[in-house]
Amino acid sequence: MDGDGLEGSVIIGLEIHCQLNKLNSKLFCGCSTKQQGLEPNTMTCPVCLGLPGALPVINKKAVEYSIMVGLALSCEIAEHTQFYRKNYYYPDLPRGFQITQYDWPIASNGILTVEADGEERTVRIRRVHMEEDPGRLVHQGSIETSKFVLVDYNRSGMPLLEVVTEPDLRSPKEARRFINKLRNILEYLDVFDGSLEGALRVDANVSLRGGARVEIKNISSYKGVERALLFEISRQQNMKRRGVKVTQETRHYDDERNCTITLRTKEQAEEYRYYPEPDLVPLSVKSWEPRLKATLPELPDARRERFKKQYSISDDHAKVITSEIRVANYYECVAGKCEPRLAATWVADYLKGELNYRDRDIKDAFEPEKMIYILEQLKTGIITDKGAVEVMRALLDEGGDPKDIILSRNLAKVETDITKAAVKDVIKENLEAIRDYKDGKPQALNYLVGKVMKKTNGRADPAEVNLLLRELLECT
Amino acid sequence: MALYEESVHKAFDRIKHSKLNAYITLDKEGALETAGKVDDGKVSGRLAGMTVAVKDCITTKGLLTTCGSKILSGYVPPFDAEVVARLRKEGAVITGKTNMDEFAMGTSTESSYYGPTKNPWDLTRVPGGSSGGSGAAVAGLECRMALGTDTGGSVRCPASFCGVVGIKPTYGLVSRYGVIAYANSLEQVGPMARNVSDAALLLDVIAGHDPKDSTSVPHDACYTDHLVEDVKGLTIGVPKEYFGEGTDKKVDNAVWSAIMKLDKLGADYKEVSLPHTKYALSAYYIIAMCEASSNLARFDGLRYGLRIGKDENWHTTFSRIRAEGFGEEVKRRIMLGTYALSEGYYGKYYLKALKVRTLIKQDFEKVFKGVDVLAAPTMPTTAFKIGEHADDPLSMYMADIDTVPVNLAGVPSISVPCGFAGKLPIGIQFIGGFFDEPKIIRTAHTYELNTDFQKLPEGF
Repeated sequence: MDGDGLEGSVIIGLEIHCQLNKLNSKLFCGCSTKQQGLEPNTMTCPVCLGLPGALPVINKKAVEYSIMVGLALSCEIAEHTQFYRKNYYYPDLPRGFQITQYDWPIASNGILTVEADGEERTVRIRRVHMEEDPGRLVHQGSIETSKFVLVDYNRSGMPLLEVVTEPDLRSPKEARRFINKLRNILEYLDVFDGSLEGALRVDANVSLRGGARVEIKNISSYKGVERALLFEISRQQNMKRRGVKVTQETRHYDDERNCTITLRTKEQAEEYRYYPEPDLVPLSVKSWEPRLKATLPELPDARRERFKKQYSISDDHAKVITSEIRVANYYECVAGKCEPRLAATWVADYLKGELNYRDRDIKDAFEPEKMIYILEQLKTGIITDKGAVEVMRALLDEGGDPKDIILSRNLAKVETDITKAAVKDVIKENLEAIRDYKDGKPQALNYLVGKVMKKTNGRADPAEVNLLLRELLECT
Repeated sequence: MALYEESVHKAFDRIKHSKLNAYITLDKEGALETAGKVDDGKVSGRLAGMTVAVKDCITTKGLLTTCGSKILSGYVPPFDAEVVARLRKEGAVITGKTNMDEFAMGTSTESSYYGPTKNPWDLTRVPGGSSGGSGAAVAGLECRMALGTDTGGSVRCPASFCGVVGIKPTYGLVSRYGVIAYANSLEQVGPMARNVSDAALLLDVIAGHDPKDSTSVPHDACYTDHLVEDVKGLTIGVPKEYFGEGTDKKVDNAVWSAIMKLDKLGADYKEVSLPHTKYALSAYYIIAMCEASSNLARFDGLRYGLRIGKDENWHTTFSRIRAEGFGEEVKRRIMLGTYALSEGYYGKYYLKALKVRTLIKQDFEKVFKGVDVLAAPTMPTTAFKIGEHADDPLSMYMADIDTVPVNLAGVPSISVPCGFAGKLPIGIQFIGGFFDEPKIIRTAHTYELNTDFQKLPEGF
């Protein structure tokens, strides 16, 4: 069980929109895709504003990126691909239609496996297609209270890739894992930066076995996907329990209130009047495939296997390390200069743990060189495990140089003489515990070790303390 | 006063006293500035100092561009269409923006929000459409040449009705960047002039690959090089479907006389058949209306153009602006196109029309294996009276029967005057295979040199 008690009855399919935000220019014009933090409507031109007479021209690099994603998802690449117009009215859509793909998507029939309750779940990818992002509506305050709507077209024409799965997912957790894995692959391909605002948006289809399908639109955070699905599933279960029929509809996910609300029912189904975009000629892309296949980088699964082999690290560690390209790169950097297994523990367990605790990303961590330094000090016995953790925490919270931190905080291990003196003192001061130990209560030793550590402000090596205590206790 | 400045003054004088209503917007200041620069030798080029009028659906930077509509009244584009940029580069003097059917939808230039243009040969008659302003301006000496756009005959029809020359180039030869789209898979910018050599010169300037238009084709040819008087050995095909019911007897006669004339000049002719012509009109109107319904969706008053009403939700605002901003013919086509594209009808109408289009294209490809050019009437009749078809849009659509197959196939065609019915000019069109502009220009030029139909309307 994956914890939600729904295994087997839940059917989930996803439509994931990812901005190809690593491209330099938009999908149909030369405007830059780097628009975060810019003044509204400053990164626009006649094409992405849809001014009368302006014509779209396809960004060739975007097509190449899309093919690479298709290949990474084991898809077939289309012989010919074509763009369509999806006609609808909305203030953020400057042409009154969105240029997207319909028949002949660039890639289709792929697979992606995710972990599902100990086994592997093979999720079929129905299609991968390209489309442009519309602009962005900005409400003053909230949607309900805003007296007007501001439109920012900086995002208009941003290249999007939509990945559509078959309804093969069986739990919200699997859905989240799928999205994380997809993000991971896109980042390995270097076509996507998932940390940017609006980089990824999800529509999820969910139904209980035998029930009607409900589509949840506009989920815009990674965590939101799992939460929205959990909410929607329990809503549908409650209806089922009360004997109310679930109807086919489209619902909106409200991230702030964590609930879904009706957007439109089946009777109001949208009419998009798709038809081929006459301003863009069909592209014969099949011939691009071999060249792009040759440039595909090592992908997460392959890297994980290599790490296990090359560095002799555990499967769990390899999984954690390769599940984010930045972590994997960080690890390789550290492992190249240290004992790889030690590095794995310190990157996968300690560093990731400390980052998660702070809700921070690996890109906000300190440089691998500093990690290498810490591990060197640890290996040569200059600092203890505890000391190493303290250095890491200090680096994450305050920055600085690990050497300085070790010095200024007195983290270097104390000399053996001092430890010996502390041990002697402790033995003198804790006769009762010594009696317990000698009476065959080994846990009394731990108590004594703790006392010594306290006396040395944690700078003694617990293993050494242990040894010294035993030696002395045997003698007395 | 300097030569070119003087010619600008002359043209604007004529426009000032004109009854044609050929222009929506004039740019005397800009025209004089360019002419002055040409006079001073600061600007040169192949069109240096020549007056050129531009159809109002072609965007001009800083100069009002309305597409003959109310909804774009007040719209000043921030960029030049590629064809306009090319005109400027060659030193052309742009006189202004010519009147047209609203959004180029029409055969008569009656549906302009700015009032109908009149035919210089008879002020009670239409100049043809939708580039009627360009046709009338050229015929009425209000400019030396003009740009029109031809979606289903919109350059050739006014050329025929106004007694001037008009070329519909091969699809992809001329950039559409900056042309406000009506039916983008069909339309091309085309030159209009009083003779074939001016038209060829203008085509030289506007033709050529433009990376800003994905449908633009790299194709290198110099059209003025083909202004030769020689049709010997040329086979002219005469498609019998273009002389059908509804063709005026006088038009029929004039076109056949022209074919005989060319025969005498050394060409051969033979009757040929383009069997799918009878489906062309229906297919054309379905495709054009479908594309129009989508192309015109951007006019919502949000970013430019007409803005009426406030303090409403956007849905109401859009609807009000579009209801008040579009004319009747435009609304008719948007609604029909929307219907034909909607779920359940797409296959029945749009896809079927595309299939017909393929058959028509194949008709042309087949026929051009046996002939060099085709000769046919441009319009089945001469210019009709203003208001004649007002209550019956279908009867007006029928007038496009001889021009639309060319647009469906994407091949080039040139219309030249070939006679008169009373005082009204008649046009003949020479149709060529893909990128066969040199052949049709040569045919038209030879014909023009050996006939006497390049007349001026009475009083001009």
